[in-house]
This record gives sequence, C-alpha cells and structure tokens, in this order.
Amino acid sequence: MFRKLHEPGPGALTITIDGVSVSAEPGESIAAVLLRQAEPWSRLTPVTQSKRAPYCMMGVCFDCLAEVDGVASVQTCLKPVCDGMRVVRQTGKRRIGALIA
Amino acid sequence: MAAALAARRHGLQVIVIDDQPAPGGQIWRSVEMAARRDNILGPAYVEGRAVAEAFRASGVIYQPGAQLWQVELGFRAFVSRDRQAQVIEAEAVILATGAQERPVPFPGWTLPGVLTVGAAQILLKNAGQIPTGPVWIAGSGPLPLLYTVQLLRAGGQVAGYLDTTPAGQWRAALPHLPGALRAWGDLVKGLGWTATLRTSKTPVIRGVIEIEALGKERIEALRYRTKDGAMATVEAKTLLVHEGVVPSLHAALSLDCTVAWHPAQDCYAPVVDRWGESSQVNLFIAGDGAGIAGAKAAQLRGELAALRVAVKLGRTSENAAALAARPIRRKLGRELAGRPFLDALFKPRPQIFAPTDETIVCRCEEITAGEIRAVAKIGQPGSNQIKAATRAGMGPCQGRQCGYTVTRILGAAQNRPPSEVGFFHIRPPLKPVTLGELASLDQSVTAAPKSEPQDRGVTVGQGQAE
Repeated sequence: MFRKLHEPGPGALTITIDGVSVSAEPGESIAAVLLRQAEPWSRLTPVTQSKRAPYCMMGVCFDCLAEVDGVASVQTCLKPVCDGMRVVRQTGKRRIGALIA
Repeated sequence: MAAALAARRHGLQVIVIDDQPAPGGQIWRSVEMAARRDNILGPAYVEGRAVAEAFRASGVIYQPGAQLWQVELGFRAFVSRDRQAQVIEAEAVILATGAQERPVPFPGWTLPGVLTVGAAQILLKNAGQIPTGPVWIAGSGPLPLLYTVQLLRAGGQVAGYLDTTPAGQWRAALPHLPGALRAWGDLVKGLGWTATLRTSKTPVIRGVIEIEALGKERIEALRYRTKDGAMATVEAKTLLVHEGVVPSLHAALSLDCTVAWHPAQDCYAPVVDRWGESSQVNLFIAGDGAGIAGAKAAQLRGELAALRVAVKLGRTSENAAALAARPIRRKLGRELAGRPFLDALFKPRPQIFAPTDETIVCRCEEITAGEIRAVAKIGQPGSNQIKAATRAGMGPCQGRQCGYTVTRILGAAQNRPPSEVGFFHIRPPLKPVTLGELASLDQSVTAAPKSEPQDRGVTVGQGQAE
C-alpha cells in the first residue's frame, strides 16, 4: 500500500510481524512498517471482526492497535521500531489471560 | 516547544509530556531525523529542526512517548511511559495538545487503504514513504493541496483530486480577503500549490458532495457524486481524506474548562483569555488546542502562555510581561488575519455532518448513523445518553472520532444547534491505561518527587499536533 522512497541502508533493523521477519528503519513507527506489507492491516475489530489498518497516524483513531512484545493494544503509530521487536496483529477482543501472560 | 522554551528563559522548571516519540508535534513530526526529505517537505518544515535543537538544549525535562491519562486541578498529571505510571505535580499547566483532523464519516471510511491526508503526510515525514500506486485525494483545505505538492515532488502519483469545497464558497470568503492580505505570504504559498496542481495535469473534480469507499477487506473502488449529479465509480487502492482540523480538546474537557461553539470553524474551542488561560486558574491552553490558528500562531500563543505563567509564579513582573507580549501579539495579529478568509473558503460541506444511515460513525464500537438516529428520537437525549444507549464514544478513542458526528446527528434529529447539544462528557482515563500501570503508580509517588523538585514546575502536555 505504501513504499519507502529510499532503502533503509546499513542501519536497517529487523522486526517480526506475525512471526515473519521484515526490514525496518530506526525511528520509523511500527504502523509505517505495517502499511508496507502485502497485508497492511493491524487488527480485527472486536465487534464484527473487520480488518482495520492505521488511519490517522497521530494517535487519535486507535485503529493501528496491535500486540507488541506481548503487550496488547499498543498504538503502533506512536511507537518507533526496535531491533527484534515482535508485532502480532490483534484479532478481536483482548483476553484477560493474555494480559496476565 | 515554544511555550517550554519561553518558560525556561524565565527560569521555570519545565516538564514536557509528549505522546509522540520525538519533539515536533505533527507539523514538525520526525524533523530531527528527516533531513534527507527536506527538499520534498519544504522550508516551513525544515525550520522546525532548529527549534527542536534549542528545545533539547533548553534544560526542559522532556518525556517523549508518554501518555497523559489524567490531570487533576492543582495540579497532578498522571502519565504512563514504558508501562510505568507516574504522578507529576506542577503549579501551572500549559496544554499544547494541538489539533486532530476533523472526523469525516462516509461509507467505507473504516476500510484499510483509506487514511487521512494528515496520516499520509506523517508517513512521508516519519518513514519517507508514499502510496505505492496512484492515490485518490478527497477533501478541502490547505493540507490536501500541500500534501499533493509534496507527493508529486517525491515522485508519487495522484489518480485524482476530489475537491469537496462547496462550490461558490469563495463568495463568502471574499469579504475577508482584505484582512487576509496582511498574511499575504500564506496566500502566495496557497496559490503556488494550486498552480502546481494545475501544471501537473492531475485530474481535479470539483464540487464533490459524497464519497464512498467500496471493497471487502480493503478499498478496491471509490464512488463519488458531484453537486451537479455526476456520479462515477473508479478503481482505487488508496484514498486519502481531509476536511479540516479541529482542536484536540479531551484534556481540557476532562478538567471542565469552559468551551464555546466556534461557528466559523464548526467545532468547540476552549474559552481562554488573551494569555491563553482557561476558565481554570493556572491552566493554560496554547496552540491549535485553543482554536485553530495554524503552526506559527501556535508558537506565539505558547510564548504568551509561558510569559503569563512566569508572572503568576513570580518570575517576572506584570509590566515586563506586558512589554514582552507586545511584539508577540503584533505577530499573532498578522497570523490570525488570514484565518477568517480560510475558515470561510474551506468551510466544511454539510454532508459530513449528516452521514447516511448505514455509515459507521463510531469506528471503535462500530455504531452506525442509523442506530444513533433511532435513539435520538426517543425523548431528547444528549450526547452522553447516546453513549450509554449505543456505546458510541465508549471505545478506546473515547469519542475522538465520533463525538462531533453524534452531536450533529442529535442536533438535526432534535432541531437543536450543535452548541446546545454539547459534546460527550470526557472523563479520565484520556488514554487506555492497564491495571499493571495503575499498580505501578504506588512506587512512583514515593520515588519521583524528591529527585525532581516541582515547586516551580510547569507541565506542558504536548499532544497530537503542533
């Protein structure tokens, strides 16, 4: 859906999205990386299980929520990537068990 | 940043709470790391780098990536950062929460591939990325024009520009033109963008009154209708929308700051005095959060607020502040001169406020306009009753995306002006907070205060924009 104007270069780092390794550039948000993927969505809604993708990129719509390093409902548009970060797309409602784990 | 810098110049201790990962708000988002894109983003963006540098060097206690979820008068700010909550005490607070794009509900606006123009511009600033293929841009106002110009400079393609500015609105704007000439620099800039759009041969469709995004799991096509009744369905992989900006008010509303309906801007704005002080003592609101006036005015209003805080906390005299304020107010006057013209020229089309029954209004809880209308006719509910009855406004965004639409739908159904219907009652937490974060508060209350003396503290909550 989106493409970078430049290659991330030697400083590139790697994060995983649903277990798949993808390249990212230091400083960019997780949501920006999500929007470059063939599947650019971040979550399924709790009510109708519809796909949502980052929409506002400034922290006011909450459609870019995903699980990041085990923490649910992270606003990925506000969170910069770090090397080795594990991002999991969120599907439906959060469970209490998942929060405790 | 301007408020923080000015407060530091008066020797105040300043803590800046920023929900963004780096200084610059949205106008200067990622300005410290985006030098390779200076040619695309232009000089007004590049200017922010020096400000960010001065800000970093000013001695403010800067807390990026911090979520402000509650403010108590007096003041105590509750903030989460890296899953750790803390309480910050301050004698004065300057809310610099900026603006957000006006929510624009239409069928399909929740589909992946539909983003705001602001979002696309942030992606360009933060990640140096542009839409893969030709993109549709629909909306009204300076930002879609500016972004189109930047996108073309970056080598992007625009499938078409759907101008939703109501036809003939320039007539209403014309009387404000003489005043706006004081801000001629901005007018010249705007004309330049329009000229670029023309010479680029981008297809421009004017007088668009309705848009609809079609697709199953992401946008596949776009349908639009113009005032003249022309309708078209076109292939679309990305659609960017923008219908102006509104102040980010949640923090101010949660503190019961008096707000007033701003008819020219179709939104609420806090009532503030000429220094930016709200109806709550020592609580200031600067920047677009105090009413839309643009990035340059935001800095000036930040400086004024900081000056007044310095007076109230005994760091400067009334006379010295009045003297220092004079040139700032002169510049501010120039900045504000163009605003009535822009407000009239880009007044949002009425269709935004009356979405069709099947349109989702509350993105979080997936509540449609029809569901809200059905309840709107039972008695005469206000926004809060609608929230209780339908769950609209109860999701994680806390009404940031549906608040105004709910107000408008109720107003139309009950034949009341939006000023009378009112907005949702906003309560903490302003952002979702986990039980773990709440539990972590206990430790931070005992640990934090001694290491960071707060006796002259000013907290600047730098929020979504500016």
